[in-house]
Amino acid sequence: MLQVHALQKSFDGFLAVNGTTLTVEKGDVVAVIGPNGAGKTTLFHLITGQLAPTSGTILFKEENIAGLAPYLVCRKGISRSYQVVNIFNRLTVFENVQVAVLSYRKKTFNIFRPAKTMAVGETQKILDSVGLLDKAEMTSGSLSHGDQKVLEIAIALGNRPELLILDEPTAGMSPEETAVTLRLMKSLSGDLGLTILFCEHDMGMVFSIASQIMVMQQGKSIIQGPPDEVRNNQQVREAYLGGADQCST
Amino acid sequence: MILFKALFSKKSAIISILLLVLLLLLPQFLPRFYTYLFAMIFAICLLATSLNMVLGFGGMFQFHHTVFYGFGAYAFALFVTKSGLPLWIGYVIAPFCSALLGLVLGLITVRLTKLYFGMLQLSLGSLVWAITYRWYSFTGGDDGIHGIPIPDLIGSSTGAYYFNLIVTAACLLLMYIIVNSPFGRTFQGIRDNPERCEAVGVNVQKQQLVGQIIAAFFAGVAGTLFVTVEGSVFPDLMFWTFSLEILIMCLLGGWFIFMGPALGAAIIIMLRTFVGIYTEYWTLILGIVLMLLIFFLPEGVLGLFLKKAVPAEKREG
Repeated sequence: MLQVHALQKSFDGFLAVNGTTLTVEKGDVVAVIGPNGAGKTTLFHLITGQLAPTSGTILFKEENIAGLAPYLVCRKGISRSYQVVNIFNRLTVFENVQVAVLSYRKKTFNIFRPAKTMAVGETQKILDSVGLLDKAEMTSGSLSHGDQKVLEIAIALGNRPELLILDEPTAGMSPEETAVTLRLMKSLSGDLGLTILFCEHDMGMVFSIASQIMVMQQGKSIIQGPPDEVRNNQQVREAYLGGADQCST
Repeated sequence: MILFKALFSKKSAIISILLLVLLLLLPQFLPRFYTYLFAMIFAICLLATSLNMVLGFGGMFQFHHTVFYGFGAYAFALFVTKSGLPLWIGYVIAPFCSALLGLVLGLITVRLTKLYFGMLQLSLGSLVWAITYRWYSFTGGDDGIHGIPIPDLIGSSTGAYYFNLIVTAACLLLMYIIVNSPFGRTFQGIRDNPERCEAVGVNVQKQQLVGQIIAAFFAGVAGTLFVTVEGSVFPDLMFWTFSLEILIMCLLGGWFIFMGPALGAAIIIMLRTFVGIYTEYWTLILGIVLMLLIFFLPEGVLGLFLKKAVPAEKREG
């Protein structure tokens, strides 16, 4: 579904992403791991169009999407959430998701129908699936951090993506909230059959959900494979896991 | 009816209707000067609300909004004095002229964001002002155009009062509908977070361009209302300091609330009129009001009022 090949991004000569390769097949749950500064978020920015690559290709459903504007990438079927909470602060939880649903349905230039009556069912269904329905009328800026991170995912679902990209979905969450998010991701992948690409520092979580893991270091992809293969890879142990058994959870 | 119910809560509908009825009856009791003053206030209320569509609901720093207002006023004045065609056509054409200017300036300015957008807008608007100011043969230069013939039916102070009230009310209703439409919802999304909005598939620049055209259109309508009351136009209508004044009205009234800017406009014009009687330094008072506003009322007068009167969860946009 997604093939990233020899991707490079240079910031004034510094190669944040340097020849990265990544493959995501339909139905996969792919985790990208690597130390801080390895280029994970940059890689995601490149895929979703927030940044334009210096060179390399990004094939999504056989089509090169490298360098497309973010809204066009989104319309191709890729949605994303952000590492730092990135929501519509002054809008209610309901409206946050509705903006995405309305955009998906190409209604953003409709000026004469009340928005209140539109896309209500679908928006509520999404909120229900992530467990935010009871908070639908709250202003999103007043939610707890954990709920805001979940709302992040809910907004991304509003575009009915085929590929969902989550940038550290559990960053800053309490263990309980992390468990909830993990359950949510499992149900998105299991029940809805969504293809998910995410990056995460919580190794327990990565190894419990990912079907494929790609390890990045200094902008390069070291290896991509099933969890067991990655866990036992000597190069990964040395480079990232420090040889310790952190990943054995 | 369903549409109506989706837009208005019972309370806001009742308040709006009561206010409208009150304003319809008012000229019976008001001295002529006040009728004139109110007619002017209506025009400025419309102008401030049109600015707030892009400012408070779109997050665009539209620093020079009155250029569209002045452009509409000039378009109307020139049409009436030069074309010889019926007056009503001028009322229809002028707002579209403003919208066209909104399109032209917008195509250039929406490429930039935030302050850069505002600065470019300010300079392009000033350019339009400078042309108007200098082009004596066509616009009358710094003299402007005076004695524009408006029939008494709408040109007398009572006539202008009713005309402006009805047009303003209709335009506010239209803008209210737009703000609450999917377009308006998306616009508010862009205000809160343009980056995220683009990531959910919204063409932000196009959305902002359309928003600016709509706002310019309504500013143009306000421009024709000004001519209806005043019977003249002059370059000051599109001078940048006037834009700032309108901006302050939005902030004073409450720029996240639909009716906030209209209230702000009413307060500032009253203040200017009545304080102006006692001192020529009324801008000093404006400065103090502005400072108090920034420190104590970040959400504006109406924002404060709603905070006190309505519980947070039930508040409307």
